[in-house]
Amino acid sequence: MELNQLTAHELLAKLRNGSITAQAVFDALYQRINKVDDKVNAYVRRGNLENTAQKSANQTELLGLPVTIKDNICTEGLNTECCSKILQGFRPPYDATVINNLKRSGAGIFGLKANMDEFAFGSSTENSYFGSTHNPWNLDCVPGGSSGGSAAAVAADEAIWALGSDTGGSIRQPASFCGVVGLKPTYGRVSRFGLIAFASSLDQIGPITKDVEDAAILTRIIAGFDPNDSTSVNQSVPDYTKSLTNDIKGLKIAIPKEYFVEGLDPEVKAVVGEAVNKLAGLGAVIKPVTLAHTEYAVPVYYIIATAEASSNLARFDGVQYGFRAKSDNLIEMYKKTRAEGFGDEAKRRIMLGTFALSHGYYDAYYLRALKVRTLIKQDFDKVFSEFDCIVAPTSPSAAFKIGERASDPLKMYLSDIYTISVNLAGIPAISIPCGFTKNKLPVGLQIMAGAFNEEVIFKVGHTFEQNTEWHKLKTTKI
Amino acid sequence: MKFQTVIGLEVHLQLNTKTKAFCGCAIDFGQAPNSCVCPVCLGFPGTLPVYNKEALNSAIKVALAFNCQVQEHTKFDRKNYFYPDLPKNYQISQYDLPLSRNGHMYIYTENKPKCIGITRIHLEEDAGKLIHEETNSLVDFNRTGIPLIEIVSEPDLNSPQEAFDYLTGLKSIIEYLDVSDCDMEKGSLRCDANISLRPEGSSKLGVKTELKNMNSFKGVKDALQFETERQTELLLNNEQLAQETRLWDAEAGRTVSMRSKEGAKDYRYFPDPDLTLFNIDKTFVEGIRSRLPELPYEKMRRFIKDYSLSEYDAKILVSSKKDSQFAEECIKIYSEKDKKPLVNWLIGPLLQEAKVRKTVISELKIEKKELVNLIGFVQRQELSGLSAKTVLGQMIDTGKSAELLIKEGNLLQVSNLDDLNKIIETVIALNAKSVDDFKAGKSNALMFLVGQVMKKSSGKANPKIAGDLLRRRLSNA
Amino acid sequence: MAIDNETIKHVAHLARIELQQNELEKLSSQLHDIIGFIDKISNLDVENIAPASHILPISNVLREDNPQVSLTPEKALENAPDKKGNFFSVPKIIE
Repeated sequence: MELNQLTAHELLAKLRNGSITAQAVFDALYQRINKVDDKVNAYVRRGNLENTAQKSANQTELLGLPVTIKDNICTEGLNTECCSKILQGFRPPYDATVINNLKRSGAGIFGLKANMDEFAFGSSTENSYFGSTHNPWNLDCVPGGSSGGSAAAVAADEAIWALGSDTGGSIRQPASFCGVVGLKPTYGRVSRFGLIAFASSLDQIGPITKDVEDAAILTRIIAGFDPNDSTSVNQSVPDYTKSLTNDIKGLKIAIPKEYFVEGLDPEVKAVVGEAVNKLAGLGAVIKPVTLAHTEYAVPVYYIIATAEASSNLARFDGVQYGFRAKSDNLIEMYKKTRAEGFGDEAKRRIMLGTFALSHGYYDAYYLRALKVRTLIKQDFDKVFSEFDCIVAPTSPSAAFKIGERASDPLKMYLSDIYTISVNLAGIPAISIPCGFTKNKLPVGLQIMAGAFNEEVIFKVGHTFEQNTEWHKLKTTKI
Repeated sequence: MKFQTVIGLEVHLQLNTKTKAFCGCAIDFGQAPNSCVCPVCLGFPGTLPVYNKEALNSAIKVALAFNCQVQEHTKFDRKNYFYPDLPKNYQISQYDLPLSRNGHMYIYTENKPKCIGITRIHLEEDAGKLIHEETNSLVDFNRTGIPLIEIVSEPDLNSPQEAFDYLTGLKSIIEYLDVSDCDMEKGSLRCDANISLRPEGSSKLGVKTELKNMNSFKGVKDALQFETERQTELLLNNEQLAQETRLWDAEAGRTVSMRSKEGAKDYRYFPDPDLTLFNIDKTFVEGIRSRLPELPYEKMRRFIKDYSLSEYDAKILVSSKKDSQFAEECIKIYSEKDKKPLVNWLIGPLLQEAKVRKTVISELKIEKKELVNLIGFVQRQELSGLSAKTVLGQMIDTGKSAELLIKEGNLLQVSNLDDLNKIIETVIALNAKSVDDFKAGKSNALMFLVGQVMKKSSGKANPKIAGDLLRRRLSNA
Repeated sequence: MAIDNETIKHVAHLARIELQQNELEKLSSQLHDIIGFIDKISNLDVENIAPASHILPISNVLREDNPQVSLTPEKALENAPDKKGNFFSVPKIIE
């Protein structure tokens, strides 16, 4: 196998015993990118490939192994543009906290940023200023979104491992579409300082990796209290690799019945069903539960997330950074800059969010949505008082064709149904590969747990992996 | 038809913490533009705010000093609007759960206390500065993010003078707390006013006008005075008043309407998800209360009680914290039981010296014990009041002691009766006509004779004693 | 609920986004559908439910009043589309 096809933990073992160098890994990645990324488009601004790579200064834990970073995470001196025209050329004068954490652990920050839906608005990576990313399992299909670039890069072995961000499923859904592992940590587990905000009360940075062990290693490094983030929790970070015990006997797993209704693709349902049986076979106790307010999750999300986004994106106005439209006066500058700088989905969400907060509508929409959010959280609290975790499909379907849903935003929103509640409740969840459709498109299994209980997620995910081969399969399409 | 003026004031204060509200930038005035900034206060993408503990403490002190109820639960909200001095295009402020409510402050405009309600005191962050050029505007973000508190009064003020007194009283309290420089000229204190008129006796509020752009307490008073007159005239002519914002033009001495196409602004307030809720427990608040310094009103009452000062004198002495400290230290050195003579010197000649030198009493270069010594000379009638005032000025200018200056200027008054009597005999002898005039009933003659005594003594005779002695001498003979 | 053109125009102004006529119509129709969908939440009884404005049970996060290093003006202005000396420059503000 080529170096770029290995997992991070395999490469770390080789780096530790000196049989390879970090540079060799970089070179293998460059070779792969040169070969396939014209088709996949996982990376953006590929101009100067080697020059922008940032090799780590120290030789601690991660020994220089490169991590691929999504284009909405600030990297000092490296363009960070959220794949939007309005941030073109933006070079942050500071590193996100997760980047600091990575550097301190000896990681290399890969010099190319991963493609994404502009400002993380999307579930397909079709909303990128730099064009769609193509699913490595079927180039006519979307990789999912918004962290589609990160997921596709990992799936295509154009990255060893990557960071994405998840606000309503943006790590988990592309992970499931691309047959890789993606974790959204508990809200507050990982610092948001340096993550260009979409929805402040929902966003989290998380790992996208080839297997659960890599996810456990990477999560441990990026997690932790950050005094620069008021919403970061001061709780010690466990060594998640200690949860990889390959033993789930007696573990109580809940299956939410509202996730298995009409709208779920029968093939996905079948594959996930098999996976659940597998878990039962490994000794877990499976029981159905109800998450009664599931049907309200998407509307609640699209009120809260867009409201927060409309405010978070107000700063993109051409004054201090990014794109500025030609104009004679200030108001014209604001209006033209934002009209020309934002893509359609961004404008749609900003408008929706502005509307939800505006005078006369605040109570009926925003305030009410916050209350329903409480109800959704209570649904999960109730289940976790009895169960160790919840298992469900990550997405109602496998990857759809590029262009298929682009003209129907509402349909696109509804495909987030299984991932969104997790963000609303602030709990952690992972997607791991658990099979394929007849068309050889990956299907993801989602495992959710109570707040700060990533350990049980890693335990279940790893156990499933150790007893199946899905995560080892690679695409042959590129 | 008589109208009642109804005024409410909104005061913004910059807190004098070392760093900004939500980031660690040092607050440093007079620096080059955009040199006291960081990604957070510049609102760079990805940055997050963390509130300054000291700012919260200062704000709670202010809330307590104004008798407000500090809320148990408070939060920050985003106030969304677009302007180039606002990097995030929203200001972190407080909307429906402000830090404190329902306070009050007393003013003494008519020499009796009037209670002015304080609706709320809440936390905010400051915006940047704009410089307008011909085709462009320039933005400096140094000021962005400086912690502010906003103090909103109830519409309990009923005249421009009351508004002025409210502001001076407010400033005095803030000074005592030492949480802000509260200098309107430097911009650490800003004031907007709301004014409306209603027929006397009516309980319904009239159309409200907002006034902005006043740069001094006097400016606030003048602007309110102008508005009162402008609105009175309109109302008397049965004309409609527009609910609008008007800017004070200090040079022209009038307010001008700010024609805005916007209509009512929709700030789309919502709780800031980047900041946590704050639960402020009572013990913590009481701890701050117990450590509050003595406030002006308390000090005034104490001066009255401990030093038997009049309310009028005490009020003047406490209006400035540093000056009141100076005064109290003088009072402690001054051994006489009746402090009035000292107080008269403080609020009279000493205050005058400060004004002339464009400073304040506490900044004058004079030792307190020297001042007390000087007053002693006057009390013992060894120095005339007039001479003493001159010596005071010289003491400040040269730093020399009262004793030295009196010696150098040969100012020691002759109060010794024998010496005076000798001079008097000489004057009587030389001014027989005036003596006759006085005996004839012309009282002016006495003043003339006193003047002659002063002349003969080179100004050193104590005029009062001289006068008394002359009168007795001439009445006897 | 119906979203009329006036409301859309007003919202676009609040958001400082200039919309062309065709965009306005398309957006209007899309937002109409989306808002119709999110109206679903009006079915629920939320009478005694507290709003989850913060999902984490943390409060009182503050920082010490200790100065940190600031950016140099060069760094602060590095990304500026237009500047003059050490100032950011914007087109004139017309009221």
